[in-house]
Amino acid sequence: MGSGPRQKFDNPVVEWVDSRLPLFTLMQREYGAFPVPKNFNYFWNFGAIAGVMLVTMIVTGIVLAMQYTANTHMAFDSVERIMRDVNFGWMLRYMHSNGASFFFIAVYIHIFRGMYYGSYKGPRELLWILGVVIFLLMMATAFIGYVLPWGQMSYWGATVITNLFSALPLVGEPIVTWLWGGFSIDNPTLNRFFALHYLLPFVIFAVVFLHVWALHICGSNNPEGVEPKGPQDTVSFHPYYTIKDSFGLLVFLVLYCLFVFFAPDSLGHPDNYIPANPLVTPAHIVPEWYFLPFYAILRAITFEITSFHLGGLIVLAGLAMPMGVKRFCPDYQMFAMVGAVLCVIVGGSMALMALNDTYVVFITAKLGGVLAMFGAIALWFVMPWLDTHPVRSARYRPMFRALFILLVIDFLALGYIGSQPADAMFFGLFPLSLVGLACTAYYFGFFVAILPYLSKKEVVRTLPPSIHDAVLARNKSHS
Amino acid sequence: MMIKSKKILPVLLVALSLCGVPKLASAASDAPHAPKQEWSFSGMFGTYDRASLQRGFKVYQNVCSACHAMKHLSYRNLDGLGYNEAQIKSIASNYSVSDGPNEEGEMFDRPAMPSDRFVSPYPNENAAKFANAGALPPDLSLITKARHDGSNYVHGILTGYSAPEHGTEVPEGKYYNKYFPGHVISMAPPLSNDIVPYEDETPQTTDQYAADVSHFLTWAADPYMEDRKRIGLRVIIFLLVFAGIMYAYKRRLWSDLH
Repeated sequence: MGSGPRQKFDNPVVEWVDSRLPLFTLMQREYGAFPVPKNFNYFWNFGAIAGVMLVTMIVTGIVLAMQYTANTHMAFDSVERIMRDVNFGWMLRYMHSNGASFFFIAVYIHIFRGMYYGSYKGPRELLWILGVVIFLLMMATAFIGYVLPWGQMSYWGATVITNLFSALPLVGEPIVTWLWGGFSIDNPTLNRFFALHYLLPFVIFAVVFLHVWALHICGSNNPEGVEPKGPQDTVSFHPYYTIKDSFGLLVFLVLYCLFVFFAPDSLGHPDNYIPANPLVTPAHIVPEWYFLPFYAILRAITFEITSFHLGGLIVLAGLAMPMGVKRFCPDYQMFAMVGAVLCVIVGGSMALMALNDTYVVFITAKLGGVLAMFGAIALWFVMPWLDTHPVRSARYRPMFRALFILLVIDFLALGYIGSQPADAMFFGLFPLSLVGLACTAYYFGFFVAILPYLSKKEVVRTLPPSIHDAVLARNKSHS
Repeated sequence: MMIKSKKILPVLLVALSLCGVPKLASAASDAPHAPKQEWSFSGMFGTYDRASLQRGFKVYQNVCSACHAMKHLSYRNLDGLGYNEAQIKSIASNYSVSDGPNEEGEMFDRPAMPSDRFVSPYPNENAAKFANAGALPPDLSLITKARHDGSNYVHGILTGYSAPEHGTEVPEGKYYNKYFPGHVISMAPPLSNDIVPYEDETPQTTDQYAADVSHFLTWAADPYMEDRKRIGLRVIIFLLVFAGIMYAYKRRLWSDLH
C-alpha cells in the first residue's frame, strides 16, 4: 500500500501529502512503474474495459436512482418518466441497460481469455477465485436490475428465477418466501431488489479492489504463460499499457455507443415495455442474453435421479469390486465375491422395482437443473485444481487448445439453445433440448474429465526460454 | 513489422460475434412477420416525417382514441409533431379533464391544458373491458416498442384483416387478422377508405392511414429518436478520431520495443 521506503517528490504539495499518506507513491508503484509482461495481446484489454464499464454502470445507475420509484404501482411509469421528461434521461437509461450487456461482453471475454492462457493456475488461484466471485455478484446484480422497470419480463423473469430456490428440499419454500418478503412477488420484493441493486455494485467494487490487489501481488499472466524472468521481459504499466488499454477501450466504446444510440432496444425484450401483469404470462419467458447459456443448462436437465439410478450404480460398483480387490488386496477375494453378489442383488432389485414404478426420487428434474446451473459456475472455482498441468498457455498445449475452443463453441451453442422455446426442434429432426443436453454434457465433461485427463497425459510443445525470446521469435516469423 | 494490426482482429471478431448472440434471442412467434414498410425514420440517419406524424395523430384522434389511451404523453409533447404553442393549446382545449378539489372541496371539470396527459377514453381498466366485451384495448404510448418490429407490426395489424384462413375458428364478435399472434383479435377493423379527412392531397386509404398512424405511434414510443441519432453520430465520430489518435500514439510508443 505504498508504505516502506519512498522517494521524495519535487512538488512541495505532493510531497506534503505523500509523506503523510503515500497516495502518490502508491499510484507511481502500482500504475506507473509497475512492471508488466511486454507481450500482451488485445485480449488483455478487457480487464481495464470491464473496470470502466463498472464505473459507467455505477455513475449512470446512481443518477437513474434519483428519478426511479421502487413501487409496483409507479416503477414502470417512473422509468417512462425518465425516458420522456428527465433531461437526457433516455441517454442515461440506454447507457445503463446496454451497459449491462457490454459489461458482460467484456467480462465473458476476460474470463475465457483467462481460461485459454491458464491465468487461473498457481500462483494466481485466489486472483481467479475473486474473479469468479465478481462474476456471480454481477449475475445477481444484473438479474435484480432487470426486475426494477417492472415490465412483463421483469416480473416473470423474477418469478422463474426466484422459484428455482423452491427446488431445494425442505428449505426451498421458506427461502422463496423469505426472498419475496411475502407469499408472492409484490411490493416488498421490488423494494428489497432496489435496495440490493444499489448495494451490490459497491460490493463488486470492493471485490474488484481485492482482485486488482491480488493481481499486483503475483503480476499478470501473459500469452506465453511463462513468468517474466527479468527487465527485458517487462515494460512499465505507464505509458505502455495505459495507452494500449485506452486504444482498446475506445474501440470497445464505439461498439457500445453504436448500440446505445442506434439500436438501444435491440438487446432487450419487447415484452418489458408492457407493464407487469401477474395475470398474463408471456408466451416465452426469456432471460437477458448473458444468462442464456446457463438457462440452457438449467432446462437441459429434464430427468429425475431415482432409486433406479442408485440401483444401477450399486450394480456397477458390485461388478467392479472383485477386480479392485484382486488388484489392491488379493487376500480378501472371498469377501469381494460375496460383496459383489450382494451388490448385484440389492442394486438390481432396486432398479427392477423402479422399472415397476416403485421408486424413490432423490433429485427432481427441477433440482437437477438448478444444481447443474449453479454447478456450471461452481466448477470455475475449482478449475485451478481440475487442471494441474504445469504449462499455462494454450499456445503450447495443442489438445487443450482444440478442446477449449470446442468448449467456447459449446457455450455459444448453449446460449442459442437457451434463447429458443423449450419445445423447439433442431432443423425439424429432433428436439433441440437433446442438443442442449449434449452441450451440457460436454461442458461438464470438459471440466471434470478432460481437464484432469490432460493434466496427466498432455504432451506440450517446447516452451520459449523467456517472454523476450518468444517476442523475438514471433517478430522474426512475421517480418 | 512493428505492430501487427492483425492482432486486434480476432478480438474484434469475438466482440462482434458476442454482439450478435442476443440478436438470435428474439426470433420465436407463431404469426407471420408483418411485411417491411418504407419508413423515413429507419436507418442511422432516418428522421420522422412531420406531415405524416400530424396525419397519424389525426387518425389517432378520430379513430384509435375512442378506445386506446396514451397515458405517457402530454399535449405539450405535440411540439415534436411540429405544432406551435397556440395550436397545442387549441388541441388540448378540445378535451375535458377532471381537476380539484377546489376551495369548496369539490372536483370540477375544465378544458385540458398543454401540461395535461392525453385524456384516456375510459376512467379505468374495468370500464375499458366492460365497454369492449371483456377485451382490454392496450395503451398505445409504447406499442411500437412493446411489439417485435413494432412499426411494421402495427401497420400489419391495421391492414391484416381478412376472411379466416387455414380453417381458423373465429368466435362471434372477434375478427381474423393475419399478423396477430393466434390470428383471432378482438378489435374490429378500425380503418376503411375515406374515414378520416386529410387536409392535403394525401390519399385517404386504409393503407395510408395505417402507415401514418404507425409513424405517429413510433414517434410516441420513441420521441427522442432524432436527438439520439444526432448525438450518437457525433459521439461515434469523436470516439473514432480519438481511437485513431491513440492507435497512432500507441504505434509510436511501442515501436522502439519490438
